[in-house]
Amino acid sequence: MIPLNHFLILGALLFAIGVVGIFMNRKNLIVMLMAIELMLLAVNMNFVAFSHYLNDLSGQVFVFFILTVAAAESAIGLAILVALFRNLRSIDVEDLGSLKG
Amino acid sequence: MTFQLILFWAFAIVLIGASLAVILVRNPVHAALFLVLAFVTASALWLLLYAEFLAMTLILVYVGAVMVLFLFVVMMLDIDIAKLREGFWGNLPLAALVGILMAAEMVLLLMRGFSEPVMSPGAPPPGFSNTKALGQVIYTDYVFAFELAAIILLVAIVSAIAITLRTRKETKYQDPGLQSQVKAKDRLKIIKVAPTKREGTP
Repeated sequence: MIPLNHFLILGALLFAIGVVGIFMNRKNLIVMLMAIELMLLAVNMNFVAFSHYLNDLSGQVFVFFILTVAAAESAIGLAILVALFRNLRSIDVEDLGSLKG
Repeated sequence: MTFQLILFWAFAIVLIGASLAVILVRNPVHAALFLVLAFVTASALWLLLYAEFLAMTLILVYVGAVMVLFLFVVMMLDIDIAKLREGFWGNLPLAALVGILMAAEMVLLLMRGFSEPVMSPGAPPPGFSNTKALGQVIYTDYVFAFELAAIILLVAIVSAIAITLRTRKETKYQDPGLQSQVKAKDRLKIIKVAPTKREGTP
């Protein structure tokens, strides 16, 4: 049988890869969104693992809602990306500084 | 080493490799396809955890809808990849430092923290339906959250359309507010015309 540790370490590694992806793709907004999806997947992995090992269905219900919210988030993110590309003709994060914040 | 453990290692290696490829490959289309591979592998791992419904949902919703949306957008936009890749490897030292520190901290904590390994409670009894059990919980205890999730999806649809909707200047359109405010005197004009006598009549 698989110990719980294995799933948690896998989730931790996935999350770290997602963070590295955001750092590396500082210019490419699309790959940044994909890295966020990876981090959400890592969190979901932890939830499902704990749900199974603690024999509690609430973890899986939570993953269900995370999937819903993540789908809504990526849909709106991609819509913003398309609107941005129409106005700027680029998806470079450094071109977004028009607010000078 | 049981068969399940072998399967876990195989899927875990594929998952880590695919997610590394997502963040490192040059072409965003390839990155999206590697993300599809990562999701499918994660769904196989969830099947090892007997979460059948969520595994299928991950494939249907994520691979079927969200990743196709990603691929649409990536292929629709005309991106200059060479410009976006400028200074990509320059971010490596900081990214590697943060990533390795984070991964090392969490892995050390998880390896030492759970000193006695928690073992799996094993397969559910025969005839147990994960989908049925999940449905019974969602539609009773979590019904309010379920309705909220539906509202979130509706708001996401409306806002995604509202953001990308483009009104062109040359488009002719009607303003329903002005149309309903109109009065009869704006449209109809009654003119008094003085009667004239027709020629030839007595």
